Amino acid sequence: MSGVALLEVSNIVVRFGGVTAVGGVSFAVDDQQICGLIGPNGAGKTTLFNCISGIYQPNEGDIRFRGEMVTGQPRHRMIGLGIGRTFQNLALFRSLSVRDNVLAGAHHLGRAGFIACGLHLPWVGREAARLDAEAQRLMAMLDLTAVAEVPVASLPFGTQKRVEMARALIGQPRLLLLDEPAAGLNHGEVDELAGLLRRVREGFNLSILLVEHHMNLVMNVSDKVVALDFGRKIADGTPHDVRNDPDVIAAYLGEAPHERAA
Amino acid sequence: MSTSQQPIGGTLGTEVVPVAPGVNLLRAAIILLAFAMAAAVPIAFASSYQLFQLTLAGTYAIAILGLNIVTGFNGQISLGHGAFYAVGAYTTAILMTHFDMPYWETLPIAAVVCGVLGFGVGFPALRLGGLYLALTTFSLAVAVPQILKYRGVEDWTGGVQGTFLVKPDAPEFTGLNNDQYLYLFVLTLAALLFLMMANLLHSRIGRAMRSIRDHPTAAEAMGMDIARIKTRTFALSAGITGLAGALSAIAVEYVAPDSFNVELSINLFVGMVVGGVGSIVGPIFGGLFIVFLPNVAESVSRAAPGVIYGVILIFFLYLLPQGFAGFPRRIAALFRKRRQD
Repeated sequence: MSGVALLEVSNIVVRFGGVTAVGGVSFAVDDQQICGLIGPNGAGKTTLFNCISGIYQPNEGDIRFRGEMVTGQPRHRMIGLGIGRTFQNLALFRSLSVRDNVLAGAHHLGRAGFIACGLHLPWVGREAARLDAEAQRLMAMLDLTAVAEVPVASLPFGTQKRVEMARALIGQPRLLLLDEPAAGLNHGEVDELAGLLRRVREGFNLSILLVEHHMNLVMNVSDKVVALDFGRKIADGTPHDVRNDPDVIAAYLGEAPHERAA
Repeated sequence: MSTSQQPIGGTLGTEVVPVAPGVNLLRAAIILLAFAMAAAVPIAFASSYQLFQLTLAGTYAIAILGLNIVTGFNGQISLGHGAFYAVGAYTTAILMTHFDMPYWETLPIAAVVCGVLGFGVGFPALRLGGLYLALTTFSLAVAVPQILKYRGVEDWTGGVQGTFLVKPDAPEFTGLNNDQYLYLFVLTLAALLFLMMANLLHSRIGRAMRSIRDHPTAAEAMGMDIARIKTRTFALSAGITGLAGALSAIAVEYVAPDSFNVELSINLFVGMVVGGVGSIVGPIFGGLFIVFLPNVAESVSRAAPGVIYGVILIFFLYLLPQGFAGFPRRIAALFRKRRQD
């Protein structure tokens, strides 16, 4: 991947009726990079996130992943391209067990169709066993083995978050989109999450795009931070630079912006 | 607090299909034993009318199996599966009377015809969520008996009068009479279909059906093509219910539009709920329930069997909110409560 970024977002514009939610934002995420996307409420983070995960189609601009166009692709193709995600406020399959939730994340890695599955052909059994072993490994890594057969809805919030992480990782994404992973976690759990994100980046050879309100987490784990305000990019750089950027401070503290072009 | 959306079908299916790798042999032995009992006991002891009732219960069980796949596991509510049952029955009746086809050859054709029809219904179903889909399928159930009475197709369907067929003869080597043979035939076919559907529902496809029911947005992010899986599930469901209808035509030796009225669709739905929504074995109980409960109600009160039927139904739902399939868990829960007191 020499020279080309893993994810390239160019001049994205999203309008809802007369309101411009995102007004021409560009940035890039490199291989094995953790990139934080921050901004006050209404800055356009979630809108941008939804464009990258295929939920919204931008009005202008395009998004390329490993050189391939992401804009215009159907949502179920995203994980096949290598873009996995977790959801804000959890989006697990509530009546399924932990194991089945994790295995659901490997759906796109399987080939067996209706007829092959109904007849339980020998290769179907082998495919299922292979993916099940992979699920076993991830559940062990995320401390879920003891609850593997438990319906996921009956588990505590923090455990459910780990299930969602396992479900995202089993799909072998190259880029993992995390939508406010720290929401609802206590102080200790946020520290654990930071450690987990670093381990995942190393162990699974992937990049992470992190949309997060929790400033400490973002500044702590990110290699690079992109800050948005009112649908525009106001800073893009190392956590240290972004933290000290006068426009970012102004956006968060509500001071008059320094030298913002009128 | 999770704010994730709950589709209407999502609250229906609560059964969690357990994965138990270690007990496969034991389970196979239990299934074989149950099958042997279900075959031997009625053939040895049941009267010819009782065998007929059991055969009919078998076809209903298959029909409810089909309905449960689409509604229980995939969360698409159908109140019109009686329509597929009717089309399956008429396909077999027409093929047997007008084309002199042997009964067993008509079965796959009936399944395929209904599967294609189900695929056609499945497409608009994609755009209609929950209750709207329920009403759309319901209108199908209302329309089908009238379409069957239509004069233009009277030569084929027999119009209001319906069509008689001939019950197949038992092959001589079996040493069974025709009723016994047909019962065994339906039972065997039902066992194979239940086994295949259990395979399917435990596979990645079955997991995708349940995932789409529980959370469609997340299912898409996992690479599941919702349109593709939903339409195929609907087609499979309709095909199985159509096959059940074809078997019923052979068992009853007669098809007529009024045998396939709206009440049939409602009965199938009742059978699914009573057996257990989203349960694989539930439809067996559901099939027995809808055949035998009216008899029980009639024996209690000749004047108002409908009232008795309603009371028993409510009583069942009160005692077993998750259907017959939830019975073992209910017992286990009671025991645990006892011990705590």
